[in-house]
Amino acid sequence: MAKKETMTINMGPQHPSTHGVLQLVLELDGETVVNAVPHIGFLHRGVEKLAENRSYHRALPLTDRLDYLAPMSNNLGYVLTVEKLLGITDQIPERAKVVRVMMAELTRIKSHLVWLATHALDIGAMTVFLYCFREREQIMDMYEKLSGARMTSNYFRVGGLSLDLPEGFVDDVTSFIDDMPGHLDTYEGLLTGNKIWQKRTVGVAPISAEDAIDIGLTGPALRGSGVDWDLRRDNPYSGYEDYDFEVITRDGCDTFDRYKNRLDEMRESCKIIRQAVDKLQPGPILADVPDVCLPPKKDVVNSIEGLIHQFKIITEGFKPEPGEVYQGVEAPKGELGYYMISDGSANPFRMKIRPPSFVNLQALPKMVEGKLLADVIAAIGTLDIVLGEIDR
Amino acid sequence: MSQAVVAKLREAFSADVLDVKEYRGEVTVTVKKEEIVAICQFLKDEAGYNFLCDLCGVDYLGQQPRFMVVYNLYNITTKERLRVKVPVEEENPRVDTVSTVWSTANWPERECWDLMGISFNNHPDLRRILMAEGWVGHPLRKDYPLQGPDREPYQGRLS
Repeated sequence: MAKKETMTINMGPQHPSTHGVLQLVLELDGETVVNAVPHIGFLHRGVEKLAENRSYHRALPLTDRLDYLAPMSNNLGYVLTVEKLLGITDQIPERAKVVRVMMAELTRIKSHLVWLATHALDIGAMTVFLYCFREREQIMDMYEKLSGARMTSNYFRVGGLSLDLPEGFVDDVTSFIDDMPGHLDTYEGLLTGNKIWQKRTVGVAPISAEDAIDIGLTGPALRGSGVDWDLRRDNPYSGYEDYDFEVITRDGCDTFDRYKNRLDEMRESCKIIRQAVDKLQPGPILADVPDVCLPPKKDVVNSIEGLIHQFKIITEGFKPEPGEVYQGVEAPKGELGYYMISDGSANPFRMKIRPPSFVNLQALPKMVEGKLLADVIAAIGTLDIVLGEIDR
Repeated sequence: MSQAVVAKLREAFSADVLDVKEYRGEVTVTVKKEEIVAICQFLKDEAGYNFLCDLCGVDYLGQQPRFMVVYNLYNITTKERLRVKVPVEEENPRVDTVSTVWSTANWPERECWDLMGISFNNHPDLRRILMAEGWVGHPLRKDYPLQGPDREPYQGRLS
């Protein structure tokens, strides 16, 4: 009998299908994966340490750079946490809440579009990539119109929003969500019934519901294993309880069902955005908490009181009373949680981020061991990881 | 509901529950570190906290005990959260691993070891995770310089 030998190969950190600087050490027996060990940390910037040395307003831009494909979801989690810490959650004006929901859902679509584009490209469907990026570009333009930046938006503020919606923005959003379901049908037309796509996804990278909960999967990946859990419905924040939407769950536990889940989630997001547009009423965009909220720009440039107010908040910051809170939001990739401790000073004493990708990536070895090497690519894609938030 | 869980916990582990606090609607239970695995198993089996959201270390430099390890738990059935904390002394920064209770704990515990220097007994794979292999020091400790070791402190403003 021939001696059985395994081969160890490195995949990444410079590899187009690892979606960033992820290194996988794979032990192979022929084409079968015996053992997979992810190595992360190549993009570690010490966001948590940096946040401890900045005031609350100034730590906000750090969060854009976590999951850079969904910056506004990160912003939302952060501002909600600080608001909870301050105890001003119920003072946030209605308009700010509605715009937050609208932008968070647009962000979800944006993030899912990159996921679909790269996932499809990785396993051989190239056309979808270009279509997805065409639609994503529209959302990027909206981002730019709104906040001035295409990726690092830094748009939400503790207490509300930094700016009101620009003229014509709502029309852009409406025309986008009018077209989006049609685009989604196009993607599905290219992929769902496609034999090659099905061969590459059905039954690939399976994980059972028990295993998924045990390993800590969240978001569309968990709902693809039949666990009906969505923070937007189950622990609503920012007024999500007033919106009518479905939580998409499928129990195939494989890459195909996770793919269908995310596509349907984009349809639900369009529904939520439409409701948000209908709810949008003129009104204040910042809470009336002068100790915390930065004054509107026109006050800062036109009155000495406004200038002093701005100066005081920027130089001193605000000081929440000592305490600790945890706030989770349903980010596109799963539960994004912030655990924040205040010691009564102007800086967060400790800010722990629970990035969904970090925990989801833990499931990778379980999903690929004993499977084919080619399925590793599909498994990385279906988990929808972003190294920016894994490494922080 | 969380109060009922706390009452149950007090009944089963009366000697080990050090403190119970409620702040902004969130319940935090501080327990002795010796019993953490048994308590986590109890919370998972008897109280339905089947999901470990997050695990992290906190450095209260200058206080006794210096560290806290914080477990944020979630119950997928009742959609409730509970926070469990254990104090850890500086002289012996070790806690038993809870990765036997929830597999999720594996990487967060590695991260806690890497960045905070709290090690976990019986952990299956306790290596650094974010910092490079062979790195000296634990960056999230309060006495670790922000600029990193052997560098001039930053002269500008940070906040």
